[in-house]
Amino acid sequence: MSYTIAEKILLAHTKNKDIKPGEFIEASVDVALGNDITAPIAIQEFKKAGFSKVFDKNKIILVPDHFAPAKDSRSANQCKILSEFAKEQKIKNYFEVGCMGIEHALLPEMGLVGPGDLIIGADSHTCTYGALGAYSTGIGSTDLARAYVDGKIWLKVPPTIKFNFSGKLNKWVGGKDLILFTIGNIGVDGALYKVMEFSGPVIRKLSMDDRFAMSNMAIEAGGRAGIIEPDEITLEYISKTKNPKLKAKDFKSKIKDLKSDKDAKYDKIYEWDVTGLEPQVACPHLPSNVKGVSALKNVKVDQVVIGSCTNGRISDLRIAAKILKGRKVMFGVKLIIFPATQKIYLEAVKEGLAEIFVKAGGIFETPTCGPCLGGHMGILTDAETCIATTNRNFLGRMGSPKSFVYLSNPAVAAASAITGRITHPEEVI
Amino acid sequence: MIIKGKVHKFGNDINTDDIISAKYLISTDAKELGSHCMEAISPDFSKKVVSGDIIVAGNNFGCGSSREHAPLALKGCGIQAVIAKSFAAIFFRNAINIGLPFLELDIVDKINDGYVVEIDISRGIIKNLNTNETYNTQGFPKFLQEIVEDGGLMNYIKKRGNKNV
Repeated sequence: MSYTIAEKILLAHTKNKDIKPGEFIEASVDVALGNDITAPIAIQEFKKAGFSKVFDKNKIILVPDHFAPAKDSRSANQCKILSEFAKEQKIKNYFEVGCMGIEHALLPEMGLVGPGDLIIGADSHTCTYGALGAYSTGIGSTDLARAYVDGKIWLKVPPTIKFNFSGKLNKWVGGKDLILFTIGNIGVDGALYKVMEFSGPVIRKLSMDDRFAMSNMAIEAGGRAGIIEPDEITLEYISKTKNPKLKAKDFKSKIKDLKSDKDAKYDKIYEWDVTGLEPQVACPHLPSNVKGVSALKNVKVDQVVIGSCTNGRISDLRIAAKILKGRKVMFGVKLIIFPATQKIYLEAVKEGLAEIFVKAGGIFETPTCGPCLGGHMGILTDAETCIATTNRNFLGRMGSPKSFVYLSNPAVAAASAITGRITHPEEVI
Repeated sequence: MIIKGKVHKFGNDINTDDIISAKYLISTDAKELGSHCMEAISPDFSKKVVSGDIIVAGNNFGCGSSREHAPLALKGCGIQAVIAKSFAAIFFRNAINIGLPFLELDIVDKINDGYVVEIDISRGIIKNLNTNETYNTQGFPKFLQEIVEDGGLMNYIKKRGNKNV
């Protein structure tokens, strides 16, 4: 039989001898992730059903990141439910404020997820770890509760769509632009119930941070996973994580030949030459409403947000700093920068990026999901427009239903903070 | 299972932020969540819904986040079933797992806002009581029907026994 990389990983986590799209399977997970919004329901359901002990304390990860640091006492209570459950079940991978980061940046950085893993997370952006060559997918709280019981998940094996990117990327164009371009082409349900496999020479040259940004937004096209075959760049990344045990040989022995077979069956294959692609921007109120940045130069912005599980990594902050260095944020524009983890925060301080941001007139926040989902620390009011490096621009996503959110890469966002309107980075640098 | 109710009609790509805004995710109570259901796109929705009503929508219903609060909010405000052209995958799972019945129907255009429909969930049949038309849908595969019949995923797991209890 020939398989795609996604099918190979799923097969390796079942007792099945064969696997094909459309089949229902019960698979054993390597990691079950929850946060302060989704895990409280999972814990409640787990207990309500009469269970008392989780299947494996080492495979459960709890990250209070959405409304943390707690925005009010009810959020504090949700975070407390996580910390008490972690204590009760002796779960060591619980990340309190101070160690906490945005889950989808934190887990790869800690080496808690790796190539060949089957990861479920009660958060839709769990698809981020596909960038490492894992099958990683968003599920709900009850799915998580069930995984707490027996470490299993029901799945319908999805067909895979392959996206081959060739050509030469322009300066200031990266993973975020490629995924916005993709969603703009296929729509917000263009990969509904399907796996997206990102491939081709352009992907092979992308940094891990750019790959994370791509896989992160697979869900915005309805994708169950956004997977990239692991290569030397993946190996180099995982060798630098905080988990020295996560070495190449571990995952290579786990699943033989962790790449799609040459004659694997795809639902569809897209071939795109992205030479000359300009930075992409998703306009309100859908991530598929994508235009080139130059078509939007008259759109004024009130707020700029740089960060999130999509673009809050160190290379994103370096790009933003390159543009903001020695320049000033336009009078009246709010620039909010939030690194995704404490490690990234410290790197940004050490490298002088934090100083550049503050001198430019921006604020440098603690790691949190806050602004991205309209939680806290940067909410929009009526008629305000924001350009953000986040992943969703649904109506009211970042606050008022009468506000407007545009999505872009960090370079475009930083340039827009300087001019006060949506701006190509070349215009300011 | 037969369900009958008045229809509230929505368009394509109704996302989980539409169904329940993130600012209300400090609660896990279905009733409380239900009182804010669809607030941003239909401000009086929770007041208009009479317990037992049905939502009919276009493509990709429930796209966006994994928040189970979305199907919980629908249940909490009195919606007893959803019919849509297609459902986003995580919403699909969540609705099955918490036992919110739903069906996929291509020709949702035939059902208008305010119509009354009768749904036979296990057979996948929808009756449009305003036009007397009957629509056949694919229904659910056996495995998913068992979860719904058991009253959700946790009951399904319990019923089949688990040494970990």
